[in-house]
Amino acid sequence: MNTVSPLPVAAKPLPMRDALLQRIYENMATDKDIFFVTADFGSPVLDKIRGDYPDRFINVGIAEQNLINVSAGLALEGYKVFAYAIAPFITMRCYEQIRVSLAILSQVRPMNVTLIGVGAGYSYVVSGPTHQCFEDLSLMRALPSLSVHSPADHVTAAAQFESCLAFKGCSYLRLDAQVLPIIYEQAPDLKRGFHVHREGQGIVLLATGYMVHTAKQVAEKLSQSGINAGVIDLFELTQFDEKSMLAALAPYDGIVTLEEGFRGRGGMDSMMFDFAVRHDLRAKINNIGVKPAYQFELGTRASLHEHIGIGVEAVCQTVTTFAGKLAQPAPAQKRN
Amino acid sequence: MTTMTAKNLPATNLDEKAKWVWEETLKVHKRSPETRIASSLSPIEIFVALYYGGFLKQDPKNPRWPDRDRCIISKGHGSLCMYPILADLGFYGMDELENVGRAGSFLGGIPDPVIPGYETMNGSLGHGCGVASGMALALKRRGKPQAVYVVTGDGELHEGANWEAFMFAAQQKLDNLVVIVDNNKRCMLGNTDDVIAHGSLPAKFAAFGWETFEVIDGHNANDICATLEACRQSQSGKPKVVIAHTRKGNGVAALEAAPLCHVMGVDAQTIDKLLVKA
Repeated sequence: MNTVSPLPVAAKPLPMRDALLQRIYENMATDKDIFFVTADFGSPVLDKIRGDYPDRFINVGIAEQNLINVSAGLALEGYKVFAYAIAPFITMRCYEQIRVSLAILSQVRPMNVTLIGVGAGYSYVVSGPTHQCFEDLSLMRALPSLSVHSPADHVTAAAQFESCLAFKGCSYLRLDAQVLPIIYEQAPDLKRGFHVHREGQGIVLLATGYMVHTAKQVAEKLSQSGINAGVIDLFELTQFDEKSMLAALAPYDGIVTLEEGFRGRGGMDSMMFDFAVRHDLRAKINNIGVKPAYQFELGTRASLHEHIGIGVEAVCQTVTTFAGKLAQPAPAQKRN
Repeated sequence: MTTMTAKNLPATNLDEKAKWVWEETLKVHKRSPETRIASSLSPIEIFVALYYGGFLKQDPKNPRWPDRDRCIISKGHGSLCMYPILADLGFYGMDELENVGRAGSFLGGIPDPVIPGYETMNGSLGHGCGVASGMALALKRRGKPQAVYVVTGDGELHEGANWEAFMFAAQQKLDNLVVIVDNNKRCMLGNTDDVIAHGSLPAKFAAFGWETFEVIDGHNANDICATLEACRQSQSGKPKVVIAHTRKGNGVAALEAAPLCHVMGVDAQTIDKLLVKA
């Protein structure tokens, strides 16, 4: 059993992929079973991997279907495989291969494959709807044996290397393509799966990925107008500790989910609806996500987020309205 | 392209074995009429050559033995004939053949890797060659001498992911990979040539950088053995493909004559008559 290299202390924000690939690179030195497969997608750190470990690196070309099947074959032979491509392509171009050769097969044969998708949500701002990725969370979580990870900074992404490597099965790791601010000096508790950044009263903002940064700004702004919203970063979408989550949500009357994915299409929002129903949560839920339509407008990520209802200003408005509704006395109920 | 017929091979009972598998396959279909029979009659001699011809070193008592040769049965739904073969070799008992498709049995209408001897998911077409390429690459990178065989069909080659795998295998010089095409020339809705014609499969594979072999009579297990032996002896450094020309529904006149035989069954009375004649 190999021990993995320690997580470096974060000094400045890095691209998530570089932080993660650096950890893979370091651990390839001691763990001879790690194999890296790319669909002709690169990064400066990747050059070190292919330079130093040509025997455990392969570029399958622009062929995501084969990326998945080759990864499955390597994994069946005992390699721990990291497969790397742009997020919409590694999840949707080859969904059938993920379903058959990873999700189904890993239920009956031991396999470890981690899909690294770069380009969460609007990350590739100017590249248009083919490169933007608003469906992956719902599609990946629809496959019951897959583990889904959605970090909000490079520290979390680098730490999740370990969870993916140790997982007895296949994982999807959703990385942002832009450099996001650091929110953790040290890795958050991955077993718990979420982190409470701010305790609030009445309302809590439950966010994932880039939207954690939005949620933090929204909470800060709203505090000036008397709304004290809590903020939770949910980075393990399929593996979080449900008991801890119940305790964390218990004090709140309202839960607002925030994701850079289509609203109402089976992403984190429906996951939390399901969680609330299963646990009979009393809180009301409001979902914030990308309005369900493909976007062709150009602009900055922040301005486009406002346009589709997930920017800081838009979220402040939605949360303020929601808070107002929560504050109103409930309509007359049947009396006992 | 190389064409071979059996010459100088030791006398074997492969023809007899193939006949026995054909009979047992029909018997399974008689008991479980929901199984696909026509596409399971065309690859019988291919599987007999692989499993009885000395090409697959396997341990039926330890199906995941690390030093085994791998056989990926990509045209899974057309491999009912593998059920008696695996039972005969001792992967499970012959009595299991009584329960195909029934509650509690692991032998379904389409085989899964819950069956001892099956490696991958096969129900969905076009995955075997890609997964096999990954396995062949792993074996090479680890310096292991085992080979990976894939059995696919000509209809299955319409799936584009196969051709991604073929380009990849040639690029990586996976000379430990042998793909055998059960070229029965029929899809579900008729003749392959009328659906999407392949033209010359050997020429296509050759253009993709593969060493190509052809077996004119794919129902002669000895010819297939001779060709597989030529694959094994080859020093070309390339992945190999064997195009075996077969008949869908082989040995059952009504199936052979019907372009739509993929979904046709054979009734119990006909099977009884065929078995008496055999």
